[in-house]
Amino acid sequence: MDQLIQLAIELVKIVVIAVVVLVFMMVAVLYMVLKLRWVIARIQSRLGPNRTGPWGVLQTVADALKLLQKEDIIPCGADKWLFTIAPALVFIPAYLVYVVIPFGRGMAPSQLAMTHSLGEIGKLPGLSIGVMYLSAISSIGVIGIVVAGWASNNKWSLLGAFRGASQLIAYEVPIILAMVVPVLVSGSMDLSAIVDKQAGGFWHWNLFQLQAGPALPIAFLMLIIAGLAEINVTPFDIMEAESELVAGFNTEYSGMKFALFFLAEFAAAFTLAAIITTLFLGGYNPPLAFLGGQLSGLAFSAVSLFWFLAKCWVLVIFIMWVRSTLPRVRVDQLMNLAWKALIPVGLVNLLLAGAYVTFWMAK
Amino acid sequence: MLAKDFLTIGIFALFGIAFIVITLIASWAVRPHRPSDAKLSTYECGEIPIGPAWTQFRVGYYIYAIIFLIFDVEAIFLYPWAAQLLGFKNNHAMMVMGFVDMVIFVAVLSVGLAWAWKKGVLEWK
Repeated sequence: MDQLIQLAIELVKIVVIAVVVLVFMMVAVLYMVLKLRWVIARIQSRLGPNRTGPWGVLQTVADALKLLQKEDIIPCGADKWLFTIAPALVFIPAYLVYVVIPFGRGMAPSQLAMTHSLGEIGKLPGLSIGVMYLSAISSIGVIGIVVAGWASNNKWSLLGAFRGASQLIAYEVPIILAMVVPVLVSGSMDLSAIVDKQAGGFWHWNLFQLQAGPALPIAFLMLIIAGLAEINVTPFDIMEAESELVAGFNTEYSGMKFALFFLAEFAAAFTLAAIITTLFLGGYNPPLAFLGGQLSGLAFSAVSLFWFLAKCWVLVIFIMWVRSTLPRVRVDQLMNLAWKALIPVGLVNLLLAGAYVTFWMAK
Repeated sequence: MLAKDFLTIGIFALFGIAFIVITLIASWAVRPHRPSDAKLSTYECGEIPIGPAWTQFRVGYYIYAIIFLIFDVEAIFLYPWAAQLLGFKNNHAMMVMGFVDMVIFVAVLSVGLAWAWKKGVLEWK
C-alpha cells in the first residue's frame, strides 16, 4: 500500500513537471512571436504590433484566442485521420525534447523528476544518452511534415512537404557531426555533465576551447548554420516559401491545427538556442565567476537558471536578426550547402577532433 | 536510473497527446462549423483544382533519402564512440586503436559520398 502511494506521488510529481514545462513553452513561444514581430518591424523601419494591451504585449495572446475559435477546414479528398494526426506528430517531439534540456544546475526536467528533496537538486546525473536523445527525438518532426503535406491533397502542400523532408534530413547530418564534437571532448553524452565541464569563466566554454584544436569553434559554426536550416527560418525556409509555395506543407491547415504547427516551430527555435547554449556557450554557468559562480546549493541553481535563459534569449534574438536580414536561398543552393559543404567539412572536423583528443588531450 | 528517465519521457509524451486532444476538443466546442463546397476545395490559387495531388513525384528526393539513411545510421555508431573515447585515457594504445577505427569508418562513408557526388546524384536538376 505504501509503495502504491509512493508511486502515485511520483507520477503526480512528473505530471506537475510536465505541466510546468508546457506552460513555460507556451509563454516563451507567445513572447517570442511578439518579439519577432517587433524585431522585424524595427529592422524594416515600421512599428509592429502596438495596439493590443500596453505596448501591444497582448497581441499574440489575442492571435492565439482567435485561432482557437477559427473554423477547422478539412479539404475534400484529404486523408482525414492523417490530416489530424500530423500536427501532433510535429508538436509532440518538439515538446519531448525539453525533457533533457538542463535549464539550470540539476534542473533538467528528467533530473527534477528523480529529485526527492531540495538538497538533492544538482546532485543527480541527467539522461545518460542526452545528446543522442536530442537528435533522435527532434528528427521525428520530419515525419509529421511529410504526413501533413501528403494528407492535405494539395499540390502546394505536397511540394512543400517533399522539399521540407529533403531539407530537414540533409541538415540533420551536419547537426549530428557538429554535436558529436563536444561529446568527444567531454567524454559524456549527458548534457548536465557537458555543462559542468565548462564551469568557470567564459574562457572555459566549449566555443573558446582550443583543446581540440579548431574543431570546437568549427562545430559551433556548423551547428548554427545547420540549426537555422533545421528550424526552417528565413534564409532556409524553402519548405514554406510564401512567394513560391503559398504556405508549403501547412497551406490547408487552419485554426488550432495550424496553431500547433506554429507552436512547434517556435518551440524548436528555442530548443536550438538551448542546445547551442548547452553544448558551446557554457550552459547555465555564469560568464564570470563572481556573477554567481561562488554560490552553492539552491542559490546557485536559481542563478544558473537565470544565466541559461539569458544566453538562450540572446541567441533567440540573434536568430530573429538573421531571419529578418538575409534573403532566401534557392533549393539547389540549399542542398549543395548541406551535402557538398557542411557534411564533408563535418567529417574532416570529426576526425580532427578525434586526433586532438587521442594525441593531445590524453597526454 | 535509465528506466525511470524513460518513464518520465513516456509520461511527457502522454501528457503531450492529452494536451493536443484537449485543445482540439476545446476548439471544436467554440468554433463554428459551416462548410461549403468552395470552402472545402483545396487551394490552387483560386482556380478549380485539376486532378488529385497524389501523383508521381521526382525520384531525386528518394536518392537523397537513401544517402541520408547511410549517414543517419552512422550517428548510432558515432555517439557511443565519441562518449567513450576519452574513457580510455589510461590506456593510450586502446585510444589510438579507437581513433584508427573511426578513421576507417569515416573513410568508408566518405567513399560512398564521393561516389554519389561523382555519379551526379547530388545535383539538384
